[in-house]
Amino acid sequence: MELSWWAHLWSVLPEIVLVLAAALMMAVDAWLPEGRKRELGYWAIGGLAAALTVTAVQAAQLAGGIAVPYEAFGGSVRADLAAMLFRVIFLLAGILTVAISMDFRPLRQSGEYYILLLISVLGMGLMGAAVNLVMLYLALETVGIALYLLAGYLRDTPRSAEAGLKYFLFGVFSSTIMLYGLALIYGFTGEIAYARIAQALAGLPAPAVMAALLLILVGFGFKVSAVPFHFWTPDVYEGAPTPVTAFISVASKAAGFAVLIRAMIEAFPTAQANWVAIMAALAFVTMTVGNLLAIPQRNLKRLLAYSSIAQAGYILIGIAAASPLGVAASIFYLGIYTLMNIAAFAVAVIMTNVTGSEEIRDLAGLSRRSPGLALAMLAALLSLGGIPPLVGFFAKLLVFAAAIESGLLWLAIAGVLNAMVAFYYYIMVARAMYVDRSPEEEKPVWISRPARFTLWFTVAGVLLLTVLVYPLYLLAQMAAQAF
Amino acid sequence: MVTLTHYLALSALLFGIGAVGFLIRRNALIIFMCVELMLNAAGLAFVAASRYRGLLEGQLTVFFVLTVAAAEVAVGLALMVAIFRTKRTTNVDELSGLRG
Repeated sequence: MELSWWAHLWSVLPEIVLVLAAALMMAVDAWLPEGRKRELGYWAIGGLAAALTVTAVQAAQLAGGIAVPYEAFGGSVRADLAAMLFRVIFLLAGILTVAISMDFRPLRQSGEYYILLLISVLGMGLMGAAVNLVMLYLALETVGIALYLLAGYLRDTPRSAEAGLKYFLFGVFSSTIMLYGLALIYGFTGEIAYARIAQALAGLPAPAVMAALLLILVGFGFKVSAVPFHFWTPDVYEGAPTPVTAFISVASKAAGFAVLIRAMIEAFPTAQANWVAIMAALAFVTMTVGNLLAIPQRNLKRLLAYSSIAQAGYILIGIAAASPLGVAASIFYLGIYTLMNIAAFAVAVIMTNVTGSEEIRDLAGLSRRSPGLALAMLAALLSLGGIPPLVGFFAKLLVFAAAIESGLLWLAIAGVLNAMVAFYYYIMVARAMYVDRSPEEEKPVWISRPARFTLWFTVAGVLLLTVLVYPLYLLAQMAAQAF
Repeated sequence: MVTLTHYLALSALLFGIGAVGFLIRRNALIIFMCVELMLNAAGLAFVAASRYRGLLEGQLTVFFVLTVAAAEVAVGLALMVAIFRTKRTTNVDELSGLRG
């Protein structure tokens, strides 16, 4: 079927909006006087919100059956509900990140910061939609290159520059290994489109496919920070500017999962027995190592880094289940995780502004100093820990149920045990806020208006979705049917 | 006669040299050059497979890979200059401001 030019553009309309917004911001940045650079944040939020509106309309059309999924640009990208839902996650994470960046003191207000952020969101949107190898690699690198710069953005601060360089070196190393795997796949099959690769792989010897699959999984493992490809995570999370850390921990991870799910299901269905075993092993190691290493951490950002590694482990359980329920559970989990993790990082950003450090002990007495802030952090932590009745509990329940349904009972049990371990260190943070006393309890905590918006949005989102679990699950289920 | 096997063997060799170099060298600049070597090894594999099958996609892919590599060089060197300004070194063993 020949597509009209409009149908081609429609498939990447959110990305087009983002490109225009980024170009507009470059002009605005040059035009705004020095004292009003802070307003650039509102321009960035405007651009992201415009793209989000477009995406929401597209998602509604696809969910309502008004539009049908199709592939555009010679089979490079697919417009389906899963791609749109992932875009919603990336764009929301982008908006919330800009909101907590605007008054983050160490960041000098400048246009390129927001423009890089828009570019990385653009790349993520394409990652979620990519259905051939070239698009996959290009989208992955677009995101990567923008994020290396953002991680090292405070270039006069040794810690940030070091985080940027470490992220860069590990990032290009793993994406190059992945590229070699893609070259092998292309060599074996002569195809670059996922669907045709899947057909061509059927007749190939299993060890050859396995070798290419392992190389490709190095690149994906890096993006989702799965053990053993997680070495960069704590250092980069600690050194990068805190809003950037928040963004990497949710959006970049979600984008990694988007390509992982699509590539495994659409390109490697014939090797499913192999990748299910790999995913189950990765899930087990990732959550166990992440949780155990989180316990001794004293720095809030490092604790959240290991916590985010462990969360990636839970999400991998859903993929290891390799069933419609499993994929739906993973997408559900990613959506929830975005809200609760950004809420936790928003508190970290606010506290860094106030105390200038990121140690957990600086949260002491927060419940008296700023009860609302402490309550927001508590909600985020309890939801991350999976305490019922918060929505984080349902996310875990779904991935464990998917594992049991697919005969991975041991993985579900390991997950439950891990969740108990994780509960310990989340409670340690809560204890610092509610039990420990501090001489600075009388000093008020200054929260800027955009940061207040992020807090309200994320915490209200977590609470609201606790009530609306079922509609959200139905949406994730519909998206999972796209594969 | 140079066959597909020759190209793929050379590509695998280059990739291996690059990967070993990444793991054992300590200067950030040399480490990055090793990654470039691996990148070109992958490019060679794409071109060889493409030529062998008489298809175009693989050769086109290499153009994109080269473009990405150029962008990576720009970003990587910028980050290394930033590090060198504050630390006066690009030895990765001395980059230990972050615990871990």
